[in-house]
Amino acid sequence: MSALPRAAELGLIACTVCGLVCRNVPGDAQLDGDGVDDAMACPRCASTLRRRKPDSFARTWALLIAAFLMYIPANVLPIMRTASLNDIDDNTIISGVVELWRAGSPNLAVIVFTASIVVPVLKFLALSVLLVSSQRGSGWARLQRAKLYRLVELIGYWSMLDVFVVALLTALVRFSVLSLVEPLPGVIFFGLTVVLTMFASMSFDPRLIWDGKDSDD
Amino acid sequence: MGKAFPEKLLICEHCDTVYRRRVLERGEVARCALCAAELERYHLLSVNAMLALILTAAIVFVQANLWPIVTLGLSGQHSSTTLWGVILAMWREHSQVVSVLVATTLFFFPLLKMSLLGWLLWFARGGRRAPGFVPLMVILHRLGPWTMSEVFVLGALVAIVKAHTYFDVTADPGIYAYAALTLLITIFAGVDLRQLWDEDLEPAA
Ligand SMILES: [Zn+2]
Ligand SMILES: [Zn+2]
Repeated sequence: MSALPRAAELGLIACTVCGLVCRNVPGDAQLDGDGVDDAMACPRCASTLRRRKPDSFARTWALLIAAFLMYIPANVLPIMRTASLNDIDDNTIISGVVELWRAGSPNLAVIVFTASIVVPVLKFLALSVLLVSSQRGSGWARLQRAKLYRLVELIGYWSMLDVFVVALLTALVRFSVLSLVEPLPGVIFFGLTVVLTMFASMSFDPRLIWDGKDSDD
Repeated sequence: MGKAFPEKLLICEHCDTVYRRRVLERGEVARCALCAAELERYHLLSVNAMLALILTAAIVFVQANLWPIVTLGLSGQHSSTTLWGVILAMWREHSQVVSVLVATTLFFFPLLKMSLLGWLLWFARGGRRAPGFVPLMVILHRLGPWTMSEVFVLGALVAIVKAHTYFDVTADPGIYAYAALTLLITIFAGVDLRQLWDEDLEPAA
């Protein structure tokens, strides 16, 4: 592995908002991203300069656990009720996928399954792996972990798909006694899950993957 | 305050590796040698082209919001909705959280993003920094992934297929406006807005 210079070694710091490269003023040892005395501001955009996102591990864990707690009722509780003249049917995320499959759209069923089940589960697993390995300063598969993080960031918000489907059907299916669609609490929990996982992946600092022991020397 | 040297150096956001900046060739994308993240790319679109794209997106956005998206038919009855119909329906049905989520990610944030871009690019076109350039650029950065029109288009498609089993479904102009909007968003996704920081713009008067 070649010795590519890292910002911290050169006494440089990058603004996370505008990308400007700044030199640390002497005596900035407290600029360690611990949130204490981090008062140096970017000369170009005035955002606070930090070497790392503050309390990245603690915040990401907290948000991830909160998201997981929301994800359980999101899957167990029904997200939508379809009521017709003599039939009331409560749908969960999974039963919605099955119904879509039966309705003759296996392609869309796979897309919804991916957005609603695969992506959130991938996010939980991926962020947990990233957190544990980075906290241990592991040098294992750094490049793959960095790519995994970027994948999670890129696809995360597509999970909102099912929330939009329920919202649209609620607004559309309004035929008084003949046919009605109502949202059920599962959809609220699912929306919150998506928002919390997005905040979780945003609060993780990918630079932490490359910090710690240089086991690949 | 730290001393800045914007024009010479570049730091990878994903791993903190420092690079000397170089001029990119047409279509070139500079990647980090350590973590393979994108560092910078050649700016294919001029300020004028970006502005034209944003204005088009703004027109399409208005249409996407005013026109009905889908119409359902059942035993001679018809029912259609617009985006705001969706937002209000969720509010009435005791899902205010979802209502707010839909309103922010599909209406307020996209609207804010386009307005900010339009404002900043309009002035950049004349070689000037727009009034409020710095705070507006920071807001633009923070909007990040919270605009979801493209997810909504896919959602509408899924809803149509689901409804198709029980109702007569007619796709309305709103859905095409949304599809066009998604196309514009996709084109714009490749634009690194940080280039506006580096453009040699005169400060606002
Ligand atoms: Zn800055
Ligand atoms: Zn990198």
